[in-house]
Formats: sequence, C-alpha cells, structure tokens
Amino acid sequence: MQASISLSVSSHSSPAASTKSVRTEEFICINALKPANVRFCGLRKEILGFYALKGFDSRPIELSGRRSSRKLSASLSENGVPSKGFDYDLVIIGAGVGGHGAALHAVEKGLKTAIIEGDVVGGTCVNRGCVPSKALLAVSGRMREFQSEQHLKAFGLQVSSAGYDRQGVADHANNLASKIRNNLTNSLKSLGVDILTGVGTILGPQKVKYGKVGFSDNVITAKDIIIATGSVPYVPKGIEVDGKTVITSDHALKLESVPEWMAIVGSGYIGLEFSDVYTALGSEVTFIEALDQLMPGFDPEIGKLAQRVLINPRKIDYHTGVFASKITPAKDGKPVIIELIDAKTKEPKDTLEVDAALIATGRAPFTKGLGLENINVETQRGFVPVDERMAVIDKNGKLVPHVYCIGDSNGKMMLAHAASAQGISVVEQVCGKDHVLNHLSIPAACFTHPEISMVGLTEPQAREKGANEGFEVSVAKTSFKANTKALAENEGEGLAKLIYRPDNGEILGVHIFGLHAADLIHEASNAITLGTRIQDIKFAVHAHPTLSEVLDELFKSAKVSSVSSPIKEPVAV
Amino acid sequence: MAGLLNISTSFISSPSKLLRKPNPLPTPTLRNNPSNRTLIQAKIREIFMPALSSTMTEGKIVSWVKSEGDKLSKGESVVVVESDKADMDVETFYDGFLAAIMVEEGGVAPVGSAIALLAETEDEIAEARSKANSDSSSSSPASSPSASESSPEKAQEAIAAATTIATPPPAARASVAVASLHPASEGGKRIVASPYAKKLANELKVELGSLVGSGPNGRIVAKDVEAAAASALVSSITSESPKSAASSAPPQVSAAPGIELGTVVPFTTMQGAVSRNMLESLTVPTFRVGYTITTDALDQLYKKIKSKGVTMTALLAKATALALVKHPVVNSSCRDGKSFTYNSSTNIAVAVAIDGGLITPVLSDADKVNIYSLSRQWKELVDKARAKQLQPHEYNSGTFTLSNLGMFGVDRFDAILPPGTGAIMAVGASQPTVVAKKDGRIGMQGQMQVNVTADHRIIYGADLAAFLQTLAKIIENPVDLTL
Repeated sequence: MQASISLSVSSHSSPAASTKSVRTEEFICINALKPANVRFCGLRKEILGFYALKGFDSRPIELSGRRSSRKLSASLSENGVPSKGFDYDLVIIGAGVGGHGAALHAVEKGLKTAIIEGDVVGGTCVNRGCVPSKALLAVSGRMREFQSEQHLKAFGLQVSSAGYDRQGVADHANNLASKIRNNLTNSLKSLGVDILTGVGTILGPQKVKYGKVGFSDNVITAKDIIIATGSVPYVPKGIEVDGKTVITSDHALKLESVPEWMAIVGSGYIGLEFSDVYTALGSEVTFIEALDQLMPGFDPEIGKLAQRVLINPRKIDYHTGVFASKITPAKDGKPVIIELIDAKTKEPKDTLEVDAALIATGRAPFTKGLGLENINVETQRGFVPVDERMAVIDKNGKLVPHVYCIGDSNGKMMLAHAASAQGISVVEQVCGKDHVLNHLSIPAACFTHPEISMVGLTEPQAREKGANEGFEVSVAKTSFKANTKALAENEGEGLAKLIYRPDNGEILGVHIFGLHAADLIHEASNAITLGTRIQDIKFAVHAHPTLSEVLDELFKSAKVSSVSSPIKEPVAV
Repeated sequence: MAGLLNISTSFISSPSKLLRKPNPLPTPTLRNNPSNRTLIQAKIREIFMPALSSTMTEGKIVSWVKSEGDKLSKGESVVVVESDKADMDVETFYDGFLAAIMVEEGGVAPVGSAIALLAETEDEIAEARSKANSDSSSSSPASSPSASESSPEKAQEAIAAATTIATPPPAARASVAVASLHPASEGGKRIVASPYAKKLANELKVELGSLVGSGPNGRIVAKDVEAAAASALVSSITSESPKSAASSAPPQVSAAPGIELGTVVPFTTMQGAVSRNMLESLTVPTFRVGYTITTDALDQLYKKIKSKGVTMTALLAKATALALVKHPVVNSSCRDGKSFTYNSSTNIAVAVAIDGGLITPVLSDADKVNIYSLSRQWKELVDKARAKQLQPHEYNSGTFTLSNLGMFGVDRFDAILPPGTGAIMAVGASQPTVVAKKDGRIGMQGQMQVNVTADHRIIYGADLAAFLQTLAKIIENPVDLTL
C-alpha cells in the first residue's frame, strides 16, 4: 500500500511526470533492442518477466519500462526519485551483504536509496568472514588432496611433497576480499546508490545523521530506514584477545602465523572451517565446546558423520562440556593459558597451554551508537528486536513505523544470505507488497572438506514438531558412495538426509555432508521456498553423472503415501 | 540402487536366537541346561550385522564406536558398518553393556550373524565373553586384526631412556630420560601433549606419562610418540652392546611381538645417537684382555651380607673401584689423542638394560663409599632409571664401565668401549668349575670370566693384566670390600 501511494505521489509531481514521459519513450526504443537486453543482463530480464507474469496490477505498465531503462542507462547514475519531503525513500545503515542486497533490490523497485557505511563496503562477510575464509578453504582443500597419499595413489597421481607459502596464502584471501569489495562498491555506484561515509545514527522517526569522527554530521531524512549493522566476533568475558596469540576470526583470516597448536573455542561453523584451514596447513587443533556434543546445531547424524571424517582422523582433539573461563595470551615465553571449567558445575576442570587460541564462540550484534534510544527501542542482548517482517519493535512491544532491522543485528539467522533475503523482503514490504521470509527455506553451509549443508529442520526438531502438530515424520538417506561422480572423484564419503512428511510429501529438512554439499543444497532449499513436494520433485531430471543425483536418489527413495491425505496438492501421476 | 538405509529397521537383536541356533528343534527341550538358558535369554543379547541395503549380503566393520565394557544406552551408536554402498552407524535398541566384540574392526560378517554381545548388567559381561569365545568360531573371523594390539606395556616401558652404554653425550640429548617437566604441568602431574601426539599415543599404545616432550615448553609432540613407539619395536640393543638386565627379566627383552616383519623402521633419535656413538667408537684402537676369577669367597660374602641389602652389582663395582685406585691409568681416558686424562674420582658406570633401551647409572666414588651405602645408592639409581628420572650427571659421569650379563647365563662376552672413557669390563656368569689345583688335587670352584676392552693409546696390555690381577685378588679375598 505504501508503495502505491508513494508512486502516485511521484507520478503526480511535475518533475516526475516529465521524466516519466521521457522514460516511456526510452522504453519503446528498448523494446526493439530486447534481444540485446536479454543477453546484456539475463537475471534482470527474469525478474522483469516474473513481475509481468504476476500481473503486478497496482503498477502502470510503464513502470517496468522505467526499470529497464534505468538499467541500460545505469551509467547515468539514475537512482529513484525520493518521496516528497524526504531526502531518500530508503536509507540503509550498513553496507554489508544485507545492506547491499537491500539496496540493489530497492533500486530495482525504483526507490531513491542511500547506504551509510562507517567502515568498508562489504561488511563482515566480504572483509572478515565468508569471502576470505573461502579463499583459505580453497587452499586447504588442495593441500589436503596433495597431502593424502592414499587419495593420490588411488588416482595414480604422483606429487612430491606439497608445501605452501604462508604469505601467499594470506594474500590470496586478502586479494579475494578486496576484489569482491570492489565489485560490491561498483555495483552500488553503477546503480547510483549514494554511499554515505560515516557512522549512521537514528535521530528520530525517519531522520538519520551520519558523519566521520571529527567531522560535522549530516542529517538526512528517509521514508524508511533499514538497520543492517551486522555483528562482531563475540568474545566471552575472561578471555583476553591480543590479536596475536589469542585471536578472533578477524585475525585468523589474515593468517599472520600458523601456530603449531591452536585451541579453537567453539565448534560451530566458524570453528570447524578454521580447523579445516589450520590443520591442512600443519597446525594441531583442540576444540573447546561448552555443549556436550561437538558441532551443536547440526543434525545429530550429520554431526556424528562429520566428526568421524572431519575431526577423528585429523590432528584434532576436543574437550566438550567445558567453558574456557580464562584465556591469557602468550607472553614472557609462556604459552597461551586456557583455564577450563565444567559447563554445568563450574568446577575447574583442566588447564591447557597452547600456542594460539581462536575464539569462535559466535558473533555479537553490532548495534551500539545507532541511536535506538531516540526511537524508544531497547536491544535484547544487543540484538534489535523485530517482528517476522523485520519491523523493529520498541520497548512497549509496539512496532516502530518505518524502521526495519535485517541481518546479524536482529539475530534471527546470522548468515550473509539470510540478511540479504531479509533486506529484499523489507524492500518488498516498503513497496507495498506484504512479504514474510520463510527462514526455514534458507540454506546454510559449512565449507569444510567435505562440505556440510542444510536447510530446514533437523531430525529432532522435525520429530518434535511432528509430535506437537500430530503428523508423522520420515527420514530418507542416500550415500555419496552410490554416486558415480563422487566415486570418480574418490570422494565417496558422504550422506544426504531428507526429513519429510510421508502423508503429504512436504520437505521439512535436508542435510548433506559430502563433496560440494554447499552447492547441492539449493535444489532442496528452492523446493522448500516454492513449496514443491517430494512427489513432484522426484520427477525432475538430473544430468548423469553428477553429484546432484545424490539428491535425485534421495527424493526418489522417500516414501510418500498417496492415499492418506485427501488431495491437498496436485499429485503428478 | 536404493540408497535408503533405514538403520532403525536393520538392527536386529533377538535374545532367543542365541539358543535357537545350536538347537534347531522348534520347542526347546530339557536337554538344554534350563538355568543357563533362562539366564542368557534374559540378560545377554546378540548384536547382528544389519542389512543396510537390499543388496547387502555381508558387511565390514569399519570401527567400533564403543569398546568392550562400555555402557550403552538405547539409540547410541555402537559400531560403524560399511556395506556395499555406505558407512552407517548402527545403534543399539537396548540399554546395557557391550560385553564382547566378536568381529574386530576390519572384519567382515554376513548379514544376520552376530558381531557382538550385549549384556544387560555389568555382572553378565564375563559370562557373555565366555559365550563369545565359544561362539566366535561361527562368525567369520576378523580379516585384519588391528596392528595396534601388540603389548602396550612394552611401549610404555620403551621410552628413550638410554644412550649407548656410558656415553656421555656432548650435550645431553633430548631423548635422554631427563625429568624435563613442562613448566605449567604442575610438577609433572599433568601431561601436556599436542592433540596429534595424544591421538598417536592412543593408536600406538604409548603411555604419554612416560614420555619427555621435545616440543615448546617440553610439550609432548607427535614425533616424541613416534620415537617411543619405534623404540618399542626394537627388541633389544645389538648384541655387541653389553648390558646388564638388573631391572628386567630376560624373556621380556627378547620377545618382540611388536615387530612387523618385512618392514623398515627408522631409528628414533635415541637410536640414532646410539648408532653415532657406536661408529665413533671405531676411531678408538681397542684391545681386549680376559681373566678368570674365582668367586667362592665373593659368593660367601654376598650370602652373608645380602640380608643387609647389599647387591652383587655393588660388590663388583666396589671391587673394581678398589682395583682402579691402584691402577689409575685404567681409570684414565684419552680425550685428544695426545694425552692421558687421569680422572680424579673413580666413578663406576653400570649398564642397565631397560626395555628398548640402555642406560648407565653411575656409582660415584665407588672406591670411597662403603658397600652398604653403595648398595642403597644403586637401588635408588635403578628406581630412578625405571622412572626415567635420572639426571644427566647420574648417567654420564662414569670413568669406567661395568657390564654384567652373568644373570643370563652368559659366560663370556666382550664390550664396545664407550667413547670418552678408557676401559669397560664385561662380566660373565660365575659357574662351578672343576679345577686342577696347584697341590695336585682336583676341586670345584666358582669361576667367572671377565673381559676388559680398553683404549690402547693409553692403556697397554701390561696395565690391564696388572689391573686384572689386582681385581682378582680383591674378589678372591674380599675382606676389603666391606671396610
């Protein structure tokens, strides 16, 4: 609704009307050039097509023309035209992956958009997270292959001892981060998104100030505000981070040293990925996990298998059910000292002396200095409280109009692509289309060797849900050992697991551990997003021989009872 | 190609099948021992090789997640089984104890055959084990019993506790059993070992507590464990190295169950040091002089004062020291090939064999210390050697070395001269011998042969002859020993 109002306002204002007519002409020209357009930017074409198909009736036809024209004339820095009385339609605080995704979509939707960034464009993911870690993992994967005599022998390959240059590896990660950062910055610039430098603070409803420290602040107004300030590594109290021997992921990615023995506090995604990197480069690793099981949060069966492949045969040991109550960095010739206490009784349990400790205990929201008090919002453990539509909730439990929070700072799902999806969802809403993101359709991946990926519920979660809501839960599994491509790669170790409702064929969760699991999960996550049922997707054809056949088999092995439920969904026969 | 592996249905445990197997009759008759029967039915269950896929006929045990004696609770993984398609965790359906593993890791068993026994209570474990032993022939045996089965005690013992006999290494080598404690290990109570070292120690059955770490701050690292494990494989030091086995029994030393035939095992650091020292000894021109000494008087004395804690080793060391005092040249050494170095004290190093190693604790000033103190000292040294706590000065300050293989029944042997010393004496067993005496009578005497190896640059034949004569006199009339 909001969007349609704002649009009508803009179309009635005279400058907008004049641009409209110009654009309409452009649109006509472009129509003639359509094939070129398709090749030029296939993705955009698809988005266009999608809306056309849906018949997006609230908008006049020239609107889509406006968008295409802007795209072709992107070099002209066409951003949207702001709603009356505002500097911008949308101001996003934080240019991480979430903010970037939101900005792109906002421009797509014709909103005049600005993004405020106090640090570097790209945020955690690009600069200190997913991106540089993938560079390191690419190296570690190759090191593992070269180091595995058995593996090479099975291929008939001979490689003389593999070595690495630490600085070279570190440079690769750093170069990748700056390349992606530039790409991101350029994409924002080319779309004409205003990148405002400085720390953004909300002054009141629809009003934001920004500015560098020591410079005078600029105040801007915006119809809607998205908070996307992300997170920083969480360091529990008692742990002293010196950036050299006691480090967080921020430091670990710089790969300034490869310690002989590294303790990793926390065995979630971050800890696991770093254990993969550092053990491939020669470190020995000790995990410290507060819960009784390593890899909490993963489906237990996947976790067990992962432990058998990723932990047990490697130079890794672990302490579970313990907290690192105190970690002192190495100094004066003394090693890093870690004091462990029992997670339950808090009794001292053990002391470790290691060469380095990586704190991978999760991430804490970065919401300080946002001026949330000015809109009567109180953070909860630092997180900005939001509803299912990412609308910010104030102290009194009421929605704050025009303020949204996406990504790590709302804590719903601390993943880069979740932030981006939330941002897109918010933009949809401010443009008048109600949209609720289904977080159960967001895949997650851990880029170890082999990879782990998942979407939806774990088996215990699904069983609990089934018990509560009165439906049956079934599980199907396939192994990579039966997959031709995996065997060709000598990577038969792996498992795909499908958790589903046998009564109606709904996919509740899919968990994959194996070669390229992170790429394979999307067939399942897309099926969940689109509500595709097993009885339908099992007829989809997969190229042979590919790893995707693991999922093909998985779907085919699921047993959906065709009789039990009256036809809720069309069943292909 | 069904990849569906439903573990929940494939794990079969039927308490009664155990009995049905030997007895195919539909109704069990009283010929079966009834009490035994009910007991087994109630308490001991078999764990069968599950059918993980429709095409699976046999499965290979990848690994046992649990060990014998472990408590199991329903739903826990017990074993990992590899079928034709996948490795799957097999879970138990019952609470209880894993009493006996019937198919070892790497073993193959047909689907439906018993691979382990599950006892309901701890008390039934023994019973289940005996059951497993009698039954195990029926299941296909492990195709490759794990290589790490070999005697763990040997590995424990076999630490780098020795250098070559009495070799004072120029710089104390890391491999030597020095009590080098990790600074933060609370006086050695806690073991500081890297993750991989721990993993290896577990695999190779090496006791970490007995190792001295060479990593940062004395941390035990993987190569320390590998060295210890490798040294455990060497059954005994080469025969030319004299040794005494004061602290170990002969069969243990010679038995070498850990050795895998047909393999090449590289030297550990310690063995490398031995090898270097042995080669170095070739640069010294040595010669040997033997002597037969009557031991009747010594044996008598030993019997008399044995109860006071005096040992034969101490007696021999004392006798040797007293003889050396009279022949300082035999107690000297040649350091540079140009001079004699006459040692101010008479320190008798005595070779002690420890499994997989050799060390030479030193009885300092053996000529001056009385025999009782000397015996006490010796006992302390042996205890320390066993605990790998000898300090460098306690094993590398010897001026003369004694090596006694008498307790093995060896009647004569010769020793290699440890570099840095002038002489070493190899002592054989004292044996009753028929002797023609000077007075024309034939009699019985206890006799032992000693054989001294010496550096001929400084010690000549006559020196050794004179020394041995003195030694023989002292031993044959051992009044001085107890002074």
